[in-house]
Amino acid sequence: MNLQDLKGKANDIRIDIVNMVAEAGSGHPGGSLSSAEILCALYFGGVLEHDPSNPAKADRDRFVLSKGHAAPVLYATLAEAGYFPKDELTTLRKLHSRLQGHPDCRKLPGVEASTGSLGQGLSISAGIACGLKLQDNDAAVFTLMGDGECQEGQVWEAAMFAAHRNLDNLVAIVDHNHLQIDGAIEDVCSPESLSAKFEAFGWQVFMCDGNDMEAVLSTLEAAKAAHTGKPKAIIAETVKGKGVSFMEGQAGWHGKAPNAEQTEQAIDELTDKETPNV
Amino acid sequence: MSNEKKATRAAYGETLVELANEGAPVVAVEADLSGSTTTKKLGDAYPDRLFNVGIAEQDMVGVAAGLALTGHVAFTGSFAVFGTGRVYDQIRNTVCYANLDVKIAPTHAGVSVGPDGGSHQMVEDIALMRVLPNMRVLVPADYASAKAAIKLAAKTPGPVYVRMGRASVPCIYDEDVELEIGQAHILREGADVTILACGIEVDEALKAADLLADRGISAEVVDVFSIKPLDEKLVLGSIRKTGCAVTAEEHSVIGGLGGAVAELLSEKHPAPLVRVGMRDCFGTSGEMEELMREFGLDAESIVEAAVSAMAKKNVE
Repeated sequence: MNLQDLKGKANDIRIDIVNMVAEAGSGHPGGSLSSAEILCALYFGGVLEHDPSNPAKADRDRFVLSKGHAAPVLYATLAEAGYFPKDELTTLRKLHSRLQGHPDCRKLPGVEASTGSLGQGLSISAGIACGLKLQDNDAAVFTLMGDGECQEGQVWEAAMFAAHRNLDNLVAIVDHNHLQIDGAIEDVCSPESLSAKFEAFGWQVFMCDGNDMEAVLSTLEAAKAAHTGKPKAIIAETVKGKGVSFMEGQAGWHGKAPNAEQTEQAIDELTDKETPNV
Repeated sequence: MSNEKKATRAAYGETLVELANEGAPVVAVEADLSGSTTTKKLGDAYPDRLFNVGIAEQDMVGVAAGLALTGHVAFTGSFAVFGTGRVYDQIRNTVCYANLDVKIAPTHAGVSVGPDGGSHQMVEDIALMRVLPNMRVLVPADYASAKAAIKLAAKTPGPVYVRMGRASVPCIYDEDVELEIGQAHILREGADVTILACGIEVDEALKAADLLADRGISAEVVDVFSIKPLDEKLVLGSIRKTGCAVTAEEHSVIGGLGGAVAELLSEKHPAPLVRVGMRDCFGTSGEMEELMREFGLDAESIVEAAVSAMAKKNVE
């Protein structure tokens, strides 16, 4: 997929996110919208080796959504990629749906690990990375964490372990949107400097604009290709609620569904961006 | 049976090595206690199969989950107090919710840890693990049954909890005994009272049965090796025969074996029950034998409980 198509796909994913959260009446739009470019680049930009028709393929690259509350962006991406029918997106958070409020790997194909309790995805991913090395499997493991999630102590236990084990088949991406439920991460309890922390823990650190498709794609490619014996962290600067004017930079849209009027406005804004040369 | 004494934990590492030798994809994730839990033995035989995460129990469980997701059978270590309580959320949300092939098998459970004191004597772990959906709970009574438990855990898909101890305890079973998940074992038949025991209390229950026999009381002793699933048929069958029961465990009377049997009896066959165990309290420093006496976990306490259970039976 070329850059223009990737941008269009990220926009499609955003429209899916808004529609599915609105239909569900609850969910987490802010941190889903902020990471649309990251998931789009992974699944459609050729970064992840994966096959939607064979989700259990042994040599697939793995993606673990550590910030499980951003399930809408994962579900939208997996549906767009063909892991399950797109019309199933409207079942999000409903009784008997495979699209649970937080990802359930036993229910939905393409979900690598069940997440939702924050701070655990990096440990799980480090374990997968160890398991792959033990099997001489060259696949890579990517995990997406929130910046607020980095307040969890387990993240740093895993960071220490991954560096100690030289897990250079592991890429951790931090969706650095600067907001958590109670406000700015810097105000609640600052986890900064994230880049300095990962570096101090022995990781190779990359920085990029996480909402710039070109930057995201080239950074993901560079991180995947780097094999210096160090695990790799990408600090992706993003805007929470990206793409919907009234959600951008607002902590209040972390875990709230838009009403009918807000949904219409959001879809209008995102649809306008679909039109080329506007 | 013999007079030999051996710790249940001694079975852990060496059984993992046996399983690895047989080609099972077993790995162990440890949190700086590989010598104490004996998982070090797996690392000595297969250096790439032991992952020591350092003093980081949360990471231990997460890494084990990742190893399970790549097709390995992952055992976790540490002491029971840290390996269950400190990582309850990791076991719940990452392991049990996804029904992963992670075996939570810590050692140093119960007051038999001894001088380390209450901070290290885990008496709530059976309750914590028993309440988790998808989790099976095994409490081996001796070295041979611990070996069987590790093998069962390895071959049973999904999460299994195996509770092991620090202290050397009498050998009850033959070394090659084969046990099953969901099966209890009658070690001594009796007619007057059923003593349901697990872990190191099985030996105390056998001693109690001897003491009761001296008083002319015939006690049936059952090793409830599998707390979950519970062998309801055998337990109810025994209590229907004897008319009353005592449970004995090196664990809180709340939520463990006593809790499980109380739940079963009140629903299926109300009968007098007296629970021997930690009475909603923490442990304390002391030698194992002193603590067994202090907290009423020894054979004499089981005898008193049996007499008390039988007295209730006669009232009805």
